[in-house]
Amino acid sequence: MKNYTQKIVEKYHHDKTRLMDILIAVQSEYGYISSESIALIAHELKMSDVDVEQTVSFYHFFSAQPTGKFSIFLNNSAVANMMGREEVATALEQETGIKFGQVTPDGLIGLFETSCIGMNDQEPAAIINNRIFTKLTSFRVKEIIRDIKDGKKIEELYSASFGDGANRDVSVQSVVSNNIRKIGPILDPNYKIGEAIRKITKMTPLEVIDEVKNSSVRGRGGAGFPTGLKWEFCRNAKGERKYIFCNADEGEPGTFKDRVILTELPRLLFEGMVIAGYAVGATEGILYIRYEYKYLETYLEKILEAARKKNYLGKDIMGKKGFDFDIRIQFGAGAYVCGEESALIESAEGKRGEPRDRPPFPVEKGYLEMPTIVNNVETLCSVVKVILNGAEWYRSFGTAESTGTKLLSISGDCRNPGVYEVAWGFSVNDILAMVGKSANVQAVQVGGPSGSLIGPDEFSRNLGYEDLATGGSLIIFGEHRNLLKDVVLNFMDFFIEESCGSCSTCRILPSVLRTKLLKIMNARGVQQDIEDMVNWSGFLKASRCGLGQTAANPIITSIKNFRHLYEARVQSRKEYDTGFDLTKAVIEACEVTGRVPNI
Amino acid sequence: MSHVVKITIDGVECMATSGQYIIDVAKENGIYIPTLCNYPGVKPKGSCRICTVKVNGRMMTACTTPVSENMEIDNTSGDIVELRKAIIELLFIEGNHFCPACEKSGNCELQALAYRYSMMVPRFPYTFPQRQVDAQNPKLVKDQNRCILCKRCIRAIHDADGRAIFAYHKRGNKVEICLDPKIGKNLSDELAQKAMDVCPVGALLVKEKGFDQPIGERKYDKEPIGSDIEKL
Repeated sequence: MKNYTQKIVEKYHHDKTRLMDILIAVQSEYGYISSESIALIAHELKMSDVDVEQTVSFYHFFSAQPTGKFSIFLNNSAVANMMGREEVATALEQETGIKFGQVTPDGLIGLFETSCIGMNDQEPAAIINNRIFTKLTSFRVKEIIRDIKDGKKIEELYSASFGDGANRDVSVQSVVSNNIRKIGPILDPNYKIGEAIRKITKMTPLEVIDEVKNSSVRGRGGAGFPTGLKWEFCRNAKGERKYIFCNADEGEPGTFKDRVILTELPRLLFEGMVIAGYAVGATEGILYIRYEYKYLETYLEKILEAARKKNYLGKDIMGKKGFDFDIRIQFGAGAYVCGEESALIESAEGKRGEPRDRPPFPVEKGYLEMPTIVNNVETLCSVVKVILNGAEWYRSFGTAESTGTKLLSISGDCRNPGVYEVAWGFSVNDILAMVGKSANVQAVQVGGPSGSLIGPDEFSRNLGYEDLATGGSLIIFGEHRNLLKDVVLNFMDFFIEESCGSCSTCRILPSVLRTKLLKIMNARGVQQDIEDMVNWSGFLKASRCGLGQTAANPIITSIKNFRHLYEARVQSRKEYDTGFDLTKAVIEACEVTGRVPNI
Repeated sequence: MSHVVKITIDGVECMATSGQYIIDVAKENGIYIPTLCNYPGVKPKGSCRICTVKVNGRMMTACTTPVSENMEIDNTSGDIVELRKAIIELLFIEGNHFCPACEKSGNCELQALAYRYSMMVPRFPYTFPQRQVDAQNPKLVKDQNRCILCKRCIRAIHDADGRAIFAYHKRGNKVEICLDPKIGKNLSDELAQKAMDVCPVGALLVKEKGFDQPIGERKYDKEPIGSDIEKL
């Protein structure tokens, strides 16, 4: 253990900003990060043990205890539940003889839950030793566990053929499907690779920024900040080095379009990073990807290597003197909050993924204190097409406020879940018609848990920054779904699990609200409980980052749009109820003493 | 590079040097903005959120936001006061704070703020979490029941080599403060005392020193928190 860990620390030159890479390597090698490993790493990096441990304990996929030779992480997103996760979970527990959170006594199998893994269009899904298993059933579970017990290797556990497109690539070989349902200008595979880079070598960086500004393309991660402006700020910021980050930490439950781009169009993405580097004067790009997409690592490294050979990356790119740029891949380790740009930078520096205070903004002081751009995967891809076809062409798609197209990740109760590229400005009704809604739609979650839950009276609203803004996730709920239990409660659990814990508001309030929600769901609520939830949610607005500020959105938007669901459950004749169930509380004591509850 | 800027706090004009944090400008001008995680000489973190003010209408933390020309800062409007009160209440229900039995009573900033903001009983239900008291360290007792996770100890206390002695552990509502067992063993008396002093509550106590200062003679026993600033 000592030798390997030491070798890894040396590989990263005893650089504590590379702690994430060191920990990922140790975790992969041993299946956990022991206290001996932590002490060794701390010693080598001249840190204290608790300092290393605070990073280890922050990330979901790092573990201080062994997680089994086969670590099974079953997704627990709302859509996974809708698609039969419960049955799969029960089968897993039955077949392995352990509960979630445990490892079999022989150390062979570990069972764990995990937040949305970006496979909402093929749930129930799980990650086993960094490989994805989709569309699980209790039958498949039996097969998989039997094969594991028979001593088969991880690559022998697949029974179905590999998915479509690059999922079949020899360096991917995964059963994941792309489910690309509608192709637009960004997903269009017919473009000349490298052409955009060639084009910018004939432009000045300012001309590139102007073109991007003229296209009015805005950040596709959800916040919608004008991309050209961000680049300009970074270009003008003072710093001896500058960095381009691509944010591929797609963690919003229900979103999976970046996974499809990473699979099918990684060259387009890398080209976008090169363009950004040229525009702002950066020589290093970092692709920060969520750990859930680790199965794409070899494939992406292979494509980067090929790009270096073609001189799309490296020194004097395409013969242009002084145009140097290269890209490295940085994996996360399971933390939704790292999708927030400053938390992502903290994480890339080897620390806990806690958002930073702003100002200063990353464009002034980001990675390693240097001016840094953080752009979403789709944003960078859009930029390549802007450079290739011009800003005017790009503006011909979408609306005046929201130019271009948007990739939507659509899942839930519909016939054709998957990725759709549409121009901005279509209504929710249009989208529902496009995806083949099944039965009557009760509600649509727009923009994931941090977005809003809307009902049919708002389906005529249009997608766009000026009306219904979205990072691209749409989850459809049929009329048979229990919105409070299946959706709101699941989303609140998600926010509670994923809070970094730094701000008092976001650390404490969501669980307080969850308790209220449960009280109402258990028919113990009163009218005042609904008002309390609305009023108390407002305090979250004082949180530092978007996660905290939106952590009550599932409750706020469902009360706003589905108030009747709450009111039907509160006690109309009571003004006050503690929510405390005395009978239930004493049931165990009564059993032991052989008494009947005296109520 | 720094220059003089003019800002207003609740309509009162204040002169400041650019780059100064709002909280410090307010202090110099005799205006009190409550803090819990902020501490003089320690890099601000903005984690308790209690110093939230409105800067030109937007909620910002006064401890992390530098002033700039013509900022209009609102420190006393109804919703800001209500927010601060709510944060105090949230911190009370998150842990187990039994003031009468606490060694820090009277010197506790959380308790003092609860008085200043007239908290009677929290509007939020108590959570009564199960928390540990850790007395393994030879010099310090760490009582997680009282910790408000402000990170002052993490940021203020380092060993001679600059290594962190305190750190967060886990995330979200499971976060705890950890004291490094190895480095912590050799904690000097001065550092142990500093840890107790920077802790705004009674979560870090120097062993056998809890009642050195008698109750009744403590910092907030006679005057409310912030009155020293407002007297300037």
